[in-house]
Order: sequence, then C-alpha cells, then structure tokens
Amino acid sequence: MTEGPRARARSNVSLEQRAWNIRRKALLMGEVQGQGYIGQALGIADVLAAAYFHALDYRADDPEWEGRDRFLLSVGHYAIALYATLMEAGILPEEELATYGMDDSRMPMSGMASYTPGMEITGGSLGQGLGIALGMAMGLRRKGAGAFVYNLMSDGELGEGSTWEAAMVAAHHGLGNLICLVDFNNQQADGRSTAMLSAEPLEAKWRAFGWHCQRVDGNDLKAVVAAFDAARAVAGPVPRVIVFDTRMCKGVPFLEQREIAHFVRVEPEEWGKALGVLEEGRPQ
Amino acid sequence: MTSASMARKYKARQVQVGQRSTTSAMIASLAAEGYDTVQAPFGHALVELARRDERVLGLTADLGKYTDLHVFAEAMPDRFYQMGMAEAVLMSAAAGLAREGFMPFATTYAVFAARRAYDFIAMAIAEENLPVRIVCALPGLTTGYGPSHQATEDLAIFRGLPNLTIVDPCDAVDIAQMVPAIAAHDGPVYCRLLRGRVPVVLTRHKPDYRFELGKAQLIREGRDVLVIATGLMTMRALDAAEALAKDGIDVAVLHVPTIKPLDRATITEEAGKAGRLVVTAENHTVVGGLGEAVATTLLTAGVTPAFRMIGLPDAFLEAGALPTLHDMYGISTDRVAARIRSWL
Repeated sequence: MTEGPRARARSNVSLEQRAWNIRRKALLMGEVQGQGYIGQALGIADVLAAAYFHALDYRADDPEWEGRDRFLLSVGHYAIALYATLMEAGILPEEELATYGMDDSRMPMSGMASYTPGMEITGGSLGQGLGIALGMAMGLRRKGAGAFVYNLMSDGELGEGSTWEAAMVAAHHGLGNLICLVDFNNQQADGRSTAMLSAEPLEAKWRAFGWHCQRVDGNDLKAVVAAFDAARAVAGPVPRVIVFDTRMCKGVPFLEQREIAHFVRVEPEEWGKALGVLEEGRPQ
Repeated sequence: MTSASMARKYKARQVQVGQRSTTSAMIASLAAEGYDTVQAPFGHALVELARRDERVLGLTADLGKYTDLHVFAEAMPDRFYQMGMAEAVLMSAAAGLAREGFMPFATTYAVFAARRAYDFIAMAIAEENLPVRIVCALPGLTTGYGPSHQATEDLAIFRGLPNLTIVDPCDAVDIAQMVPAIAAHDGPVYCRLLRGRVPVVLTRHKPDYRFELGKAQLIREGRDVLVIATGLMTMRALDAAEALAKDGIDVAVLHVPTIKPLDRATITEEAGKAGRLVVTAENHTVVGGLGEAVATTLLTAGVTPAFRMIGLPDAFLEAGALPTLHDMYGISTDRVAARIRSWL
C-alpha cells in the first residue's frame, strides 16, 4: 500500500471524522493510564487531522520512506495526540492503544524517536525541534528532494532563545521547505503563556524574522486546511509558519469549561463520561 | 546597598605602565622548541575526507577561521554552512543533517559547545546516537582570554554523556589521522582541537605511531615513572621525560587520545607493572577528567600504584600570556618535570 495525499483525498472519511477519531483515540489512551496531556491532544486534533489527511505525503506501511514529508514533534508531551494520529493513519497498529505509557510500550508519555515508528525526533526538551527541522530541510534541499519538513511546537517554546536562533537561520538560508506549526493554546506549565512571557505581537515577530506567517483558528478545519495549502503554495525560498489559536480540551465541553491547566486533571470516572460526550458530537 | 561580601574585589595590578612584557594575545602555536609544525591539520584532513566521502559537510557558528574550518570552506564552499553566532542551532541543524544521511562536522570553541549548547548536543545528537562530529578549538588552557574562553571542564561535562566518543589529540599527527578515524565511527564524537600551526610530536618520538580510535599507546618506555597523558600534555610529558632522563629518571609515557571509551585494558596493564610512580597529565581541571577516569579504572581493577595527578586546578583561571599561565598552573614542561621529580 503506497497511498499518497491524493489517494487519501479520495477517501470517503471526512477530515471532521478524522479529527473526531483522533480525539477518541487520545481519550482512550488517557483512560488506559488515567492521565495524559489530554487538553493539548483535544486542542490540536484538528491540526493533526489536516496535517496527516490533507497536507502530508507519507506511506503508512513505510514510515521511513525517503520521499515522505517529515513531521517533527518538538513539543514531546503532545505524544498522546500524535500516537492517536499515527494510529488513525495506519502507521501504528491500533491495538497498541491499550499499551499507552506502560513499561515496554512503544508509546512513552513523551515522544521518543527510538520508540515509535513515525516519531521523527525525541522532543520534549523544548525549543529544539525547529533547529533540527531546519537541518533536515537543509539536508532535503541538498538531496534535491521536494519534501516539506513540518515542526509542531507549543506557544511556550516561543520563550526559548533557540527558537529564534533557528528562525533567523532558517530565513537566512532561505528554507522554503520548512513549515513551522505553533499551537497557541495560551497555556504553559505555570499558567497563561501570554502572562508568563508574552510572545505578542507574534505574527509581526515571525515576519520581522523573515518568515511567511499566517494565524488562524486551529479548531476551524476549513481555515486550518486553507492555511496548510497557503503555506505550501508560498512562492520563493521563505520559511513558513502557521500560528494556530486552539482551545484546550476542544470537543469535550465539560473539560473545556474546567479551569484550564497545563496538565488537565481528569478523574477516573470522567474518562468514560468524556468519551460519552464526544460520542454525542460524532460527525454525521 | 553594598555589603562587604558584595564589594567587588579587583585583581591587583602588578605590571608597571611602560614595562615591556609578554602579551595576552592568542599565540600562533603551542609547539615547544624543536618541533616541526603543520598549518591547520584539521581543515586539510577534512578536505581530504570530503573528497572521498560526499556525505561530509562543515558547519560553524562564526568560528570558521578560528577552528581551521576555513580551509574546508574555501575548498568546498557548497558543502559549508555558516550558521552565525548561534551554537544551539548549530548543533540542532547538524543533527537534522545527520538525520538526512549527511555527516556534519560542527565547529566552535569548546566552551560554547560544552556550556551553551550542551542540551542540544545531549538530546538532538547523543540521545539519538547520530553521526555528528563536534570539533572544538581552545580546549583546556590554550588561550589567555580567561574563563570565558578557557574550556577547563569540557571533558568532565561530556564524559557523563552516553553514546558520545571523546578525543583529545596531542598534535598534528593525531588530528590528521583522527578525522578519517572518527568519520568511520558510527555515532557522535566530540574532539578537542589544536588549531593554527600545530606541532608534529608523536612521530618524532615514535616514528611508526598511528592514531587509533579508542586505543592508548605507549610512546616511550621507562622504568621509574609512567605518565598517562592526553592531548597536548602528552607533548609536555615527552619533553619532561627527556629533561628527566638527564637526571637519570626514566619516564614512560602512555598517550591516551581517546578519553571515552577509555582504553582500560592498556592503562591497567601499564600501570600494573610494578615499581613505577603513575602520574596522569591532562590539559583540563583535575575534576572529572582523565586523572579521575584512570584512578577509577585502576582502583576497580585492584591496581594501586603510587598515584599523582597533573592538571588544572578546580578554579576559574587567570588571563595572561599562555606560557606564563602554563607555568602558573603547572602544565609547562619545566613544571611537569619539577613536579615529577618532587614526587620521587
């Protein structure tokens, strides 16, 4: 099986359904462990659905296929969301869902390249992904490959100096095959990102650093898809960034309304309740 | 508010205005008298390697001229990346290039690699066991610019990092031969670099010497003392041995260019020969470098000769002229010889 993006586009499964499936799988994994970065996973599900079922080219049966677009998870604790996506994409077998976070599982709580097919890098030491991504983009350009490198990072990582070192270098070297995805959920470990260390005005910053920048509602699938398309279509050797404003816990209203924190606490009986609420919102 | 403990204490000026003395300028060569030198052995060896291996790339963070990488940049401009003064992304980008099948040689000063870029080396390179070669000038005390440039603890920092191979070459022979040797190694490597006019030491003392990654080699036999040395201190040990020979003191010198993995078998075998004082010598703080590694090796093996360490003190070092500083901190040839003599 060597389906590319066009084959997936012909699939009769809608992106809304893909995003819903990703949310459901993430909740099921959270239920396995009784914990997980579920707030972030629910928030980024639409972006991941658009990435893996609209924008990226890859082969589910060959995650190291040379021609693939690279997707780097700089923000390692979003692993639960990427595992759900990799399962939905057929890169990881779905039956491993029940092993999430267990000893000897291939799905540790924070993403690690040596554990999981489809996990390109070991993220988690925040602010590292973009630099690695630009090195890969340089390498792909040297090889004459047409693939894109995507780096998913959090708004908290905007505080790391290395992010802006990488931003300067990527623009200086004209890396038009690099697309940075920033999940702006306005939440980091100690509180609101804008209150911890504000990165605003964020679009102006990226543009001043020489990047093509878009900012869209990351839970509006149409807008997300359009942003991916526009990012890929930019003419010229300019790195591209999409800032996605997302809502933590999106899709499970009683969690959305809970006091939002970096690590959303979900009581043991609430996982089932959350899955039930999600079920009510299953796309038609 | 200025409390007594907060009051700044300046260094007392001891030099007279108008007095002509040695300067703190960076010296062109560490070569002791009598040694031939080779210009930029790393840069030339890298060009030679790159001609044979198209995966080889060169990256630097605004220190191409000062790590001899300019030789490579001039010979192969399309395989050279200037990353600007950005050590974190230097290491991350090298990791990314290695992921795409290339073999990046990333250069900067040892202080910046060890102190500023450590997390990036640890997570993007070492944890992933990627074939990135980090080659760093100004190891230990090889500049008079003070602690901002003196990497006196880089070996201690990097020894704790899993997967990383660590090389401290002595001379131009080691450097020229280590380049293809580390290229053939499957994993990340950190190399200390001597740059500019680099002396030819090892083949003068042992004409058939060849660098071997992971191997310690006896350069000189001796009955009274065994000096286990690395980096430029092997040159000091060999020179001190010649001086001590005139006093009838017979000094063997074991050169240990690979700090990690350490050649424990050879070190244990040589140190286990009875009747010799064992002295380690390193251009590095005595904390966490070769000396402690050798001590651990010997104690673990149950080999317990009389044991002394020559190295830099556990301190931020002074600025000044390099010969002055090498005397001050006990790593000049004269001081090495005097200390060995005092221990007998």
